[in-house]
Amino acid sequence: MSEVPADLKFLSSHEWVLVEDGVATVGVSDHAQELLGDLVYVELPEAGSVVSAGDSVGVIESVKAASDTYAPISGEIIEVNADLEDSPERINVDPYGDGWMYKMSLEDVEELENLLDAEAYTDSIADDE
Amino acid sequence: MGNKTPLYQCHLDAGARIVDFAGWDMPINYGSQITEHEAVRGDAGMFDVSHMTVVDVSGAQAKAYLQNLLANDVARLGVQGKALYSCMLNQQGGVIDDLIVYFLRDNFYRVVINSATREKDLAWLASQAEGFADLNIRFRDDVAMIAVQGPHAIDKAIPLFAEHQQQALRQLARFQGVEFDDCFVARTGYTGEDGFEILMLKEQIAGMWDRLLAAGVAPCGLGARDTLRLEAGMNLYGSDMDETTSPLESGLSWTIAMSDARAFIGREALEAQQAAGVAQRFVGLVLLDKGVLRNHLKVVTEQGDGEITSGSYSPTLQKSIAMARIPVGVSGQVEVEMRNKLLKAEIVKLPFVREGKSMLINEGENV
Repeated sequence: MSEVPADLKFLSSHEWVLVEDGVATVGVSDHAQELLGDLVYVELPEAGSVVSAGDSVGVIESVKAASDTYAPISGEIIEVNADLEDSPERINVDPYGDGWMYKMSLEDVEELENLLDAEAYTDSIADDE
Repeated sequence: MGNKTPLYQCHLDAGARIVDFAGWDMPINYGSQITEHEAVRGDAGMFDVSHMTVVDVSGAQAKAYLQNLLANDVARLGVQGKALYSCMLNQQGGVIDDLIVYFLRDNFYRVVINSATREKDLAWLASQAEGFADLNIRFRDDVAMIAVQGPHAIDKAIPLFAEHQQQALRQLARFQGVEFDDCFVARTGYTGEDGFEILMLKEQIAGMWDRLLAAGVAPCGLGARDTLRLEAGMNLYGSDMDETTSPLESGLSWTIAMSDARAFIGREALEAQQAAGVAQRFVGLVLLDKGVLRNHLKVVTEQGDGEITSGSYSPTLQKSIAMARIPVGVSGQVEVEMRNKLLKAEIVKLPFVREGKSMLINEGENV
């Protein structure tokens, strides 16, 4: 079983969101990195770009496959994890920590209601486990 | 639920992630595909290849039958135990399958073909047997196979055999096999590294797996097998060639024996292709931009489009590499269309890696 921290929100497409002080940190779940296997390339959105919830904002590629990543909420990309450029395997090693992808501003708190909580996300991936 | 090899429980015990592969429940990895890849390049790894199809062809007409069936010529197998790589073609010169044939002794050959093609291959073998009276074709569903590969694979494997077998194994030449009472061992593989392929009765194979494990050989899944063979510039049936492509446009001209008058299935079609001129050639690509090349991506050149037949990430080179079919006459750099962008890639000679070392040279450079 992969890890699903209780304090995070999720998209069914496996992105996680942590909201602290009006800033949302986004990454991909432990389950997603397990499915993809060893990651070898991560394409992140540009800092300063403004995105809408559901936009495709990047790609993560493992040896096996490429997978689009989607913005969980609307807002401005404030910062990206530049370490992933040279060390995409951080997502495999620590998906909820060092493997974070980007931080974005939270414009509309109500959008968080559209995300899955840990329990609902766990249910959504149960079939894959 | 798919077919299971006799090593299925061994895979679960080793923490395998199991996937469906052509109807078989096979390990894709045991944690990290890259770690497994590196084990084979730097030390020793093993693969369950029991899903492969083993067929023994024997009888006074076995040689004549195989000479008609295969594009390569089993008459080249002069030494007992010697192995030959060949394509099996249809009348149109398309590839029905690729295979290894071992010359075990007079009037006795062993053929190892792919798993995904088993049913059609066995049907084809039977259909081409007509007219060969003294011929026996036996599908060996009683055997299983482990490939142990890597620079230390042979040293780790030899002590696991009976004492009287060890001497023969130490003297085994490359691309050569030896038959014992209870097993068949060949110095062949699909990784670009030295090693053995070990064929045993199904009920004995798990014991060999456990002994290899105890000797420090790392279990490796189909994921690593694919990146290893790609680095080694070895074709994968169904991706790099199939019934609609000829060996002449799949980098396999070297496997066709046409210097004498021997008739074989597909020869006339190949000769017609050669006379007309082969329009495409098979090359290696190294991605210069960021990203990962994938199967079926379009290759854009000034002389027209080509296609990537196998693309992935090379753990040894830490770059993305691919094999591709492109128009004849294109050299230097090409572009690959990926997510509506054109990325730059360099044409290189195959293989990319041999025995742990990068072989990268651009076409046109002298070796």
